[in-house]
Amino acid sequence: MKVLSKVYTALIFFFLYAPIGVLILFSFNDSKSRVTWHGFTLKWYEELFNNDQLMDALIVTLSVAALTAVFATIIGTVSAVGIHSLGKRMKRVFLTVNNIPMVNPEIVTAVSLLLIFVFVSEATGWFEMGFLTLLLSHITFSIPYVILQVSPKLRQMNAHMYEAALDLGCSPVRAFFKVVLPEIMPGILTGALMAFTLSLDDFVISLFTSGSSAQPLSVVIYSMTRHRVSPEVNALSTILFVTVFVLLLVVNIAQMRDDAKKKAAR
Amino acid sequence: MSVDTIIDLKNIVVSFDGETVLDDLSLSIRNGEFVTLLGPSGCGKTTTLRIIGGFVTPDSGDVFFAGKRVNDLPPHKRQVNTIFQRYALFPHLNVFENVAFGMRLQKKKNAEIKERVAELLKLVNLKGFENRRVHTLSGGQQQRVAIARALANGPQVLLLDEPLAALDLKLRKDMQLELKKMQKSLGITFIYVTHDQEEALSMSDTVVVMNEGVIQQIGTPQDIYNEPKNAFVADFIGESNILDGIMRADFVVEFFGRKFACLDRGFAPDEPVDVVIRPEDIDIVEPMKGHLTGKVTEVTFKGVHFETIVDFKGFKWMIQTTDYYPVDSVIGIVLNPEDIHIMKKSEYSGLYGDYSSYSEEFDELADPTIDLTDEGGGESVD
Repeated sequence: MKVLSKVYTALIFFFLYAPIGVLILFSFNDSKSRVTWHGFTLKWYEELFNNDQLMDALIVTLSVAALTAVFATIIGTVSAVGIHSLGKRMKRVFLTVNNIPMVNPEIVTAVSLLLIFVFVSEATGWFEMGFLTLLLSHITFSIPYVILQVSPKLRQMNAHMYEAALDLGCSPVRAFFKVVLPEIMPGILTGALMAFTLSLDDFVISLFTSGSSAQPLSVVIYSMTRHRVSPEVNALSTILFVTVFVLLLVVNIAQMRDDAKKKAAR
Repeated sequence: MSVDTIIDLKNIVVSFDGETVLDDLSLSIRNGEFVTLLGPSGCGKTTTLRIIGGFVTPDSGDVFFAGKRVNDLPPHKRQVNTIFQRYALFPHLNVFENVAFGMRLQKKKNAEIKERVAELLKLVNLKGFENRRVHTLSGGQQQRVAIARALANGPQVLLLDEPLAALDLKLRKDMQLELKKMQKSLGITFIYVTHDQEEALSMSDTVVVMNEGVIQQIGTPQDIYNEPKNAFVADFIGESNILDGIMRADFVVEFFGRKFACLDRGFAPDEPVDVVIRPEDIDIVEPMKGHLTGKVTEVTFKGVHFETIVDFKGFKWMIQTTDYYPVDSVIGIVLNPEDIHIMKKSEYSGLYGDYSSYSEEFDELADPTIDLTDEGGGESVD
């Protein structure tokens, strides 16, 4: 029985990670073949960095992700604080409303964002589909996740802590920055990280809202694969995978250290 | 308003979600006094404290601090500091920075802050704890940090919201003494909220007994205990046997069909009254010699005394006695005039003071003052 469960677990991990393993492996394959191994090379990485289209897309993706993380985190945190200060009933209403976009099919979000962007840009002529609309759509779908991360931290906080800060002479704004913010910081950071990775990861919504002037990686790779999958894409995917993996590792280790410290303290 | 009144609440009305929490409450607090607001949860005592602290704005009525109306003054501009339930220390700061928090805001010089923090930590017996993180401290130590932090700004009035509720009994008793000593040596006003009547009686100069948003009685601990104003106070402070009686004349009260001498007067002839007899005041004698005779139905050993429930004609009394009388034995009791306290009839008449349904377990379950949740006092209406 024990052996069986181990085999089962191994199989699951195999199927989960084998495709990524193959992708990483073939990013070092000295041939365009996707079947046979022709020896180790780094030339796809070299070509990748010389491929302007992919590099431009990478810059778009990273800058959108970074900006999304910043704006979605600020807006989400402010919203979470606002929701927290509402009465019990309104709080529940808002948190439910906040959950809907997360379970909403992405394609619905994508189409509805596309529609409103087209409508506003045609009605006002303020902007065209491009970097701005891409960024706005990413911020939009990231905000609920930030709220979801920050709200529990606010709930766990000792409600009197804010009052204690006021009591000792802080103005309300100062009390927020000096006492509340440090207390909910872990939630804010997790929220920012989530916004960053969600933006990095997104394809469906980006496809609809990016326009032709600023296309993120996912969209560019998609259009490339319609002709042929270049091993450069393997190389790029490997880089992205490793980046996200390291990021996750760092966050988890930090979390573990924090927990261990708290446990030791008790 | 007298000169040494520091806080004056006038006709305060507060309601949350349409529920009245404080109903036309007026209260004056003298400078340097140790005042305790005492009552079961939901009686409005915490709300009263929060009004003084500036965290609740009354719907109507005025709050005066040292003669000035402070209704609209936000908490951070008031010269009062609060010790909150569950301490509310800042976990991201160490002990030193927690205590220094208020002084840092006032932009005091570093050297001055250092000196003052050391002084305060010495006052609360936490010398050498400066660099400890607050979550590495025990409950009692956290409590001390909270006290030091609240005193750091040199408040004229310290508000304490059930500060000892989370500590165990032994520690609580020690802290009671320490707080009382501290208050005396600092010479500032303490306003203390608790649902623990023993705590209130042992620490306070003045006790304010509250129920359902209304002050029931204000007085010294002795006054409150010996001359309760109504059945609620009599029952809430200590144990009481409360009986129906009729005032036949000045100094004469009739209950159980018998006239007793008492020390009270000024009632209308034949006015119905509540009679309070404290369980420890009752003398037990042989059945033949007693004013009344009854049968023991229950005995509980309490260490110092036996808690004996005695049936007098269907009405059960509690008697605290150092002698053991077994269940079913018949005893007589003698009531001296000073043991009999007369109260005017009130809305609370008939609600308390009968031990017929008394049992330890029931008492605990039905006692609204035993707080099982972490929120206490007037906040339950929130």
